[in-house]
Amino acid sequence: MSLQVLAVDDSRTMRDMLRLTLSDAGIEPHLAEDGMHGLEVLDGMAPDAIITDINMPRMDGFGFIEAVRAQEKYAGVPILVLTTESGEELKTRARKSGATGWIVKPFDPQKLVNALHKVVA
Amino acid sequence: MSDPMQEIRASFFVECEELLESLQDGLQAMDDGDEDPETVNIVFRAVHSIKGGAGAFGLDRLVSFAHAFETALDEVRAGRLAANSESMPLFFKGGDILSDLVRACRDGLSVSEDVTSPVLAELDALVDGAGGGSEEVDAADFQPLTLDLSLDGDDGPSLPDIGLPDLDAGAPDGARTMRIVFRPHLGLYESGNDPVPILRSLSGLGTLEAECTWESLPTLAEYEGTVAFLTWSLSLTTEADEAEIREVFEFVDGRCDLEISEIEWKQSQTGPSGNALPVAPLPEPDLPLPPAPTPTEPSQNRIESATPPPQPETNPGGKGMPAPAPSATVRVDLERIDRLVNLVGELVINQAMLSQSVAQAGLPSNSPVHTGLDEFMQLTRNIQESVMMIRAQPVKSLFQRMSRIVREGSAAVGKDVRLVTEGEATEIDKTVIERLADPLTHMVRNAVDHGLESNDDREEAGKPREGRISLTAAHRSGRVVIDVSDDGGGINRPKVLAKAIERGLVPAEAELSDSEIDNLLFMPGFSTADAVSNLSGRGVGMDVVKSAITALGGRIATQSTPGEGTTFSISLPLTLAVLDGMVVHCAGETLVVPLSAIAETLTLTETDIRALGPQTNVVQVRDTFVPLYDLATELGYCEPRESYVGAIVMLIALEDGTRTALAVDAIDDQRQVVIKGLEDSYGHIPGVAAATILGDGQIALILDPADLIQNASGCSRRVAQLQAVG
Repeated sequence: MSLQVLAVDDSRTMRDMLRLTLSDAGIEPHLAEDGMHGLEVLDGMAPDAIITDINMPRMDGFGFIEAVRAQEKYAGVPILVLTTESGEELKTRARKSGATGWIVKPFDPQKLVNALHKVVA
Repeated sequence: MSDPMQEIRASFFVECEELLESLQDGLQAMDDGDEDPETVNIVFRAVHSIKGGAGAFGLDRLVSFAHAFETALDEVRAGRLAANSESMPLFFKGGDILSDLVRACRDGLSVSEDVTSPVLAELDALVDGAGGGSEEVDAADFQPLTLDLSLDGDDGPSLPDIGLPDLDAGAPDGARTMRIVFRPHLGLYESGNDPVPILRSLSGLGTLEAECTWESLPTLAEYEGTVAFLTWSLSLTTEADEAEIREVFEFVDGRCDLEISEIEWKQSQTGPSGNALPVAPLPEPDLPLPPAPTPTEPSQNRIESATPPPQPETNPGGKGMPAPAPSATVRVDLERIDRLVNLVGELVINQAMLSQSVAQAGLPSNSPVHTGLDEFMQLTRNIQESVMMIRAQPVKSLFQRMSRIVREGSAAVGKDVRLVTEGEATEIDKTVIERLADPLTHMVRNAVDHGLESNDDREEAGKPREGRISLTAAHRSGRVVIDVSDDGGGINRPKVLAKAIERGLVPAEAELSDSEIDNLLFMPGFSTADAVSNLSGRGVGMDVVKSAITALGGRIATQSTPGEGTTFSISLPLTLAVLDGMVVHCAGETLVVPLSAIAETLTLTETDIRALGPQTNVVQVRDTFVPLYDLATELGYCEPRESYVGAIVMLIALEDGTRTALAVDAIDDQRQVVIKGLEDSYGHIPGVAAATILGDGQIALILDPADLIQNASGCSRRVAQLQAVG
């Protein structure tokens, strides 16, 4: 059974690239446009990992991660933050929200897959 | 199959246009005093998303500009920088350059550094002034990537090969053995991290031997599955350096204690405490970690439970729910829409042919065939309108371009100008929007340059120093009307008239009405600017604007009040694909005249016609005289007639409000015709707009009456007209 990854990003281009990268790696992509939408998509699936952008309308990445972690069944799902901002401050905040790791945009498809590999059991 | 990356790239530029639009909206709102943090966020996100996508495609200059812009916007977001009269113009300029860069990247062009550098410097200075964000662009973060997304991997659904060394080959040259002690903090699992994939990644770097220590493992009664109790003592023989090894632990940095040291040669390592057990080397990264051998039953339980909390509800069907897309739009190739438009055109022609056949069959008008045909015609019209709506786009993008023109224009001439837009959601055919950009740009520049007075003059006249230009769009009786208004001094009619007389455009003694003087502005070569300014007046006059509008089937009208301002109204058809026309005959030819051009039709009597000279006639229409032309003669079909008594004429309403009579042999009927362009094959033919196929299969030319009248008679017509008016 292929891995399932939920990817949340408000940029259509990034979603397209995530879809392509993940499906090329044999991972089944599930996509959402922002945190709020991400929670909707999450409802009813059991992802092996979640990738999320930070800067998004309606619900940003931090809020999304907190909302995911607040649900017991997703407490251990690896969540990677996907962002162009690589500052320490952001990493700290993402961690505080419950993020597992991060991927700096623009992402190298191989690096993204490797990062998933680092967190998916 | 098309290249998926190329498709994503194309889609990126489409998304950029949308982002640039929300950027403009956001900046405008900020400029209007909107202090909602979400507004700044929207602006920031737009730039941020452009940067993100640009990075993926290696568009370096776009990335670095967006980065600088974003950094400045982040200062506003953080409250360290105010959106005020100092920063806003720079942000607008930033938005303009960002859109230039996006379009240049899209079209494979480049934007000169002379344009970007000063703005980059200003943005940096702004950020420095705010005392924040001294962060340099981290080159490593934005390195263009070689995206190899080839789809040739048939390895099935597994994580791709991460470059495992061949284990049988033993330690490769340059390999060292590293000793790693990995002591996860108790809360490691809370972050979603797990030692198993970390160890697996490590084994990808070389030969890994792992020992697990469980000294802190509590009794089963106290055991909690969400707490990380195990410690790992590892020995890794690898060519990788320490940094690469640390990178594996990147995500757990701060969530574990990590010791990495180099040892001479791989040897049996004991864990930090006595009760360590050797764990077999990890042979394959994809295989699950073998459970550590355990001396006692309870500890086995413990170790098994020490894996991360079980994933709830494994997916029964192996497939998740498809992600619902909240946006109710689809993106369709323009080509497909055009094909649909063409098919609808064929349908309209076909329907016309059918109508004609039915008419010729002489069926009674109450026959079911007639009723059915009427319904068919109605449906055809509905389909046609619906298809045209697909091509329709809001004028917003066009108006946003104008806001830039106003900003740049007002800066160039040193005037304070505010652009107000209304009816941005009004939709019009995409092609019309594209072809409207140039004439509208020219009109807006003119309004800034000539329409508005200088700040001081305005103050003297008791007006606010800041001039106002408004752009409004609205649907009016099946057409779209776009008004370009300014609250300037109005058209200086004496000056316009004097200039026209000086240029020989009108006779010195001519007495013209206000609207006639206003219309002189549209004459070729007319310019009132005393000095050719940087902004407008570079040889492109309002006559070019007018012909561009006319080419779109549009009309332009002027209204001006001295001291109060000027409004130019452009009225355009909703579509360029179908038109309501009048089918006429002259000299044995069938022609179509756009219905919108015809004001009325008359049959001439002897008293209607006045001869002004040889072959120069005017027609009296109620209390005015209008020039008379013979359509057949103007098109070169035949010589002028001896007499026009009994001739049928169409009164053509021209944009300047004047009218001209065109004589034809007969008027057939009024119908909808599909426009088939001729310019691709024949170039521009004076007086002819396009062609169409009539119901009987005959090809007919669609006339451009205004062009015909202007080209056929040149200056003499104007004289005739003036004489007629006078």
